[in-house]
Amino acid sequence: MSSRLRLVALLAVIVVAVAGATVYILRARGQQAAAKAAPGPARTDLASVVAQPHLVFRNTALGQGYGKVAVVPLAAPDGPRALTPTSCERVYASTRQALCLAANRGLKTTYTARILGPEWSPTADLPLPGLPSRARLSRDGSLAATTTFVYGDSYSTPGQFSTRTLITRSTGQQVAELEQFRFAVDGRTVGAADRNFWGVTFAATGDGDTFYATGASGGKTWLVKGSVSKRTLTALREDVECPSLSPDGTRIAFKKHGDLPAGRWRLAVYDLATGEETVLSESRSVDDQAEWLDDNTVLYGLSRTGESGAATSDVWAVPADGTGTPRVFVRDAWSPAVVRS
Amino acid sequence: MYVSLRDRPGGAGNRTTAQRVAKTVLLLGVVSLLTDVSSEMVSSVLPLYLTAQVGLGFIAYGFIDGMYQGVSALVRIAGGYAGDRGNNPKWVAAAGYGLSALSRLAMLPAHGLTAITAVITADRLGKGLRTAPRDALIAGASAPGMVGRSFGVHRALDTAGAAIGPLVAFALLAAVPGSYGSVFTASFAFAVVGVAVLILFVPNQRVTTGPHPRLSHLVRAVAGPRLRRPLVAAALLGVLTVGDGFLYLSLQKRDLLASALFPLLYVGTNVAYLCLAVPLGRLADRVGRARVLIGGHLALIAVYLAAATPFAGPATTVVVLVLLGTFYAATDGVLAAMVSQLVPAEARGSGIAAAQTVVAVARFASSVAFGGLWAVAGPQQALLLMAVLLAVAVPVAAWLLHGADEPASGEVA
Repeated sequence: MSSRLRLVALLAVIVVAVAGATVYILRARGQQAAAKAAPGPARTDLASVVAQPHLVFRNTALGQGYGKVAVVPLAAPDGPRALTPTSCERVYASTRQALCLAANRGLKTTYTARILGPEWSPTADLPLPGLPSRARLSRDGSLAATTTFVYGDSYSTPGQFSTRTLITRSTGQQVAELEQFRFAVDGRTVGAADRNFWGVTFAATGDGDTFYATGASGGKTWLVKGSVSKRTLTALREDVECPSLSPDGTRIAFKKHGDLPAGRWRLAVYDLATGEETVLSESRSVDDQAEWLDDNTVLYGLSRTGESGAATSDVWAVPADGTGTPRVFVRDAWSPAVVRS
Repeated sequence: MYVSLRDRPGGAGNRTTAQRVAKTVLLLGVVSLLTDVSSEMVSSVLPLYLTAQVGLGFIAYGFIDGMYQGVSALVRIAGGYAGDRGNNPKWVAAAGYGLSALSRLAMLPAHGLTAITAVITADRLGKGLRTAPRDALIAGASAPGMVGRSFGVHRALDTAGAAIGPLVAFALLAAVPGSYGSVFTASFAFAVVGVAVLILFVPNQRVTTGPHPRLSHLVRAVAGPRLRRPLVAAALLGVLTVGDGFLYLSLQKRDLLASALFPLLYVGTNVAYLCLAVPLGRLADRVGRARVLIGGHLALIAVYLAAATPFAGPATTVVVLVLLGTFYAATDGVLAAMVSQLVPAEARGSGIAAAQTVVAVARFASSVAFGGLWAVAGPQQALLLMAVLLAVAVPVAAWLLHGADEPASGEVA
């Protein structure tokens, strides 16, 4: 090929590449503008929803209000939703306040955790050293727990994940970093470098001390019971991730890895008193910290490819006793939190 | 051959006259720049895309991230060998670049963990495949007295691409918020232009006109006495090289600024690397590549000491980042330059691949060991211990590298 011909060929490639990418980007922009202009799902008044038992979640419906925290009454979850003015990647709520993990998108995206007051405005900023993953508040809202994935924080294998789980007062004062607690499995202290903790759920008693979480080391995971005052974590049962305590405090809903391929989990429920484990009828892989709708039903998020090809998600509900079939609880929603009173 | 004659030294005496880096090297630099823009665009948005958009938890993210880091070292040897064996480094490199380019497009329909893992694995396979034959092309296109500088120029362009990529991704997401598809498409466009530059303009180098080199010949060249001692030295130094992540983390633990800017720390290292790659490459040509390689590890000792100092503040952070950039500039391209001159031309890809794999495996072992040390002794003590060990190892490595700056007897001009 002559050098002139090559130059022409390169120019042709550049023109096609630039034109192709431009067309795609302009189309995406156009679709987005159309989606933005679209009203989105039916809306209702925020104050009236918050006044009754309701579900707080991240709205993932395309259109106005994508990514905003939304609420629906528990009595009519598939009805109109009310949007708050706040955007979060992950949200949790108690009666008086909410915990919001938000991304500040930029050249290098950073993350913040905020306690939101009654008007959904920030009342305190909490430290958040990485990619937001799990958020929980104690029932009375006095304690907040966040789990983040920390970049470069790979203790034993390059690239392997490492988590940082913090418990903070809702005023913003840090109470505990779980990585610093004493971690015991079968009475023996685990000091291995690869220990990680994530997915806190606070005890129903609201004593501001007891909580459950996931502990991991050497490729195994455990349900751990923690004490803030004693700074201890005690393993109760193997193969439990992202525990969530039932409202009556008797059972834990969790992700069970079992012998599934890497990155896949089944939802299950563990009875703290009897030690009995029940695998729920949701057969798809769930990677979420479950939430209890009531003492008989578990809620969780599942991702889905939307009509336009974009990724979205729904909140599903399934009976906690292993019977029945899963059903969509709220469409285009993520990160559910039930506020009962 | 295809090598531009102008870039050959006229004689030993013209070292001081201004010489231009071979066109092939600049072209390969442009290819790497475009490819790095493309790949850094994707990797800078990947964490948020996976967690916020696709809805994967962090374990799944960690799994993918692990794939991302691990796969490429495995195929590197294969790439180097394939380039030498077929006497066709350009097309092996082109296959690697092409595979990575296609993987960008495949990101569009991939929404599940399995699909995304497969796509990212393909990208890393491409990277592993292309690196050694490309470095062999750089070495082959450069006069023996300019190899260090050529690698410096190439690595500077490469690093510039890595710096531009996140900017482009950011601009795109600012223009079309949340449209990760736009990022993947634009990334594909950059990669395709890079592949086109490679295919259309970079000359292939057939270093032998005879039959294909046999495996036994390549093994002899790589495991032979000329390369054995440098490889042992590279392994020894690699085992004592603490991963960036640990260094950044130790800064983050004590310096509030470093903590707030944690995601930006690697940018500081890259800027230093970008600025120093060419000067240190030239220095390596003048005073000897082995010497500069050793000097880079002296900078690394200083990095450990600075990162372990109890009075960490913003100044310490800046010093660590600059020294770390110096370390990379004095070692990454310089090692490839040195090795390329120690093996016969027809085994260049295999030799470079062997050295890079030795370093990668040694650093992996180092990460595992250092992680344990960190947990037992704490960051400060662990870093001080590594500094002491490295201070002992550097003279040993210098002894092993003695004589490594003389070109291979089988060098083909």
